[in-house]
Amino acid sequence: MAQPSVYRSAGFDFSNQIRNNFLAEKGLPLPKATSTGTTIVGCLFKDGIVLGADTRATEGDIVADKNCEKIHYITESIRCCGAGTAADTEFTTALISSNMELHSLQGGRKPRVVTAMTMLKQMLFRYQGQIGAALVLGGVDSTGPHLFTIHPHGSTDKLPYVTMGSGSLAAMAVFEDGWKANMERQEALDLIIAAISAGIFNDLGSGSNVDACIITADHTEMLRNIEMPNQRVQKERDYKFRRGTTAWTKEDVRKLIVEEQITTLTTGDEMDTS
Amino acid sequence: MSIMQYNGGSVIAMVGKDCVAIASDLRLGSQALGISSNFQRVFPITDRIYLGLPGLATDVTTLRERFRLRVNMYTIKEEREIEPEAFAHLVSSTLYEHRFGPYFIEPVIAGLSKTPTGGIKPFIAATDLIGCINFAKDFVVAGTASAKLFGVAEGLWEPDMEAEDLFETISQTLLNAVDRDAFSGWGAVVHVITKDKVITRKLKARMD
Repeated sequence: MAQPSVYRSAGFDFSNQIRNNFLAEKGLPLPKATSTGTTIVGCLFKDGIVLGADTRATEGDIVADKNCEKIHYITESIRCCGAGTAADTEFTTALISSNMELHSLQGGRKPRVVTAMTMLKQMLFRYQGQIGAALVLGGVDSTGPHLFTIHPHGSTDKLPYVTMGSGSLAAMAVFEDGWKANMERQEALDLIIAAISAGIFNDLGSGSNVDACIITADHTEMLRNIEMPNQRVQKERDYKFRRGTTAWTKEDVRKLIVEEQITTLTTGDEMDTS
Repeated sequence: MSIMQYNGGSVIAMVGKDCVAIASDLRLGSQALGISSNFQRVFPITDRIYLGLPGLATDVTTLRERFRLRVNMYTIKEEREIEPEAFAHLVSSTLYEHRFGPYFIEPVIAGLSKTPTGGIKPFIAATDLIGCINFAKDFVVAGTASAKLFGVAEGLWEPDMEAEDLFETISQTLLNAVDRDAFSGWGAVVHVITKDKVITRKLKARMD
């Protein structure tokens, strides 16, 4: 008997590829996706890891989102900053976060940063750089604090201070100037903010606010918009239109509240229930 | 010329005080040639969620039907109506499934979500063509006039507008932006979603 095709297998669907390749051959270039033109950083300090990110998302030369979140949750004590194709960083980190949860449930132990790093690099390598995610992975586990960068092709680095994205040069300049071994928590946070700010103000792909995340052995603190140096000033006057400005030709109002009228029937005697 | 510009069209959504609005133009074109001035690209998903699908018209039709299927399946399985947040993620994952061979659509979602206390909260979101969600607190735009819409909306939008004021602001934003876009225009439609009703109005617009 014929069955409706409701079931869809996991993974990517390539069914539009033939059509899209045909269109591309006709000379219609494929449109660009939202990318996080980004400054993302991470640095090691005395008790753990600090991660930092700006909050601008761009689509070509347009700022698509002025306050997006680039520090993604992996586990309670592992977080990941994403640069590159925004959808790829979002979905890759969500997938690995899900797998890490299952992995730690299966093993009955707290998940390790190297596990997340290995899962991420193996996935990205499998896709040969087609998944455009450039990541900064940091966290603290039973073996201590760890900080990694993961490139879209699957290569990884393990360093005490790292930067990625289009603002990486500006941020790295700050790190090279100011980083010291065994910094205090506040010192490290200030350095992160300075590095991200360098990206925000000197790189066009980065902008708006500073997000930070401090991970130590027993606590993770997500500092969303810890610095907001680009707040819009209050408008002195407004451009509110007078009601009735816009001419319209047809109106249709759909009421969402169902109106009902209850008519009680009072004909005849009540039933004898004695 | 990109595939995204082939049929033309734009959508915008804005947040107001306990209300949201979503508006679009009505043009369907084939490059510079106008085909229809009554092309629907904003669709009701539930009573309180509307979805705008600017982009390639063939994918507007395909995705509209796919979302209808997936929302119906969700409603049957969950035995409740889908919330705007969940619907945004449904849209996002549907598009990301086609990461390597995408639909040429940049969806815009507008709706009212229920709060745990029984109140309502305005919700708008937009995604790119591979499903990266942009949760905005003010307005979202998409389509061939998006660059113009960004500029006008940035100037005209303000917080906590009542439904009628929101209608004026979103209408003027759309109308003035699409007048400077060759591929959008030919009429416009606005939906204002409030707690107890949805007001749909066809606007008087330039027809050139």
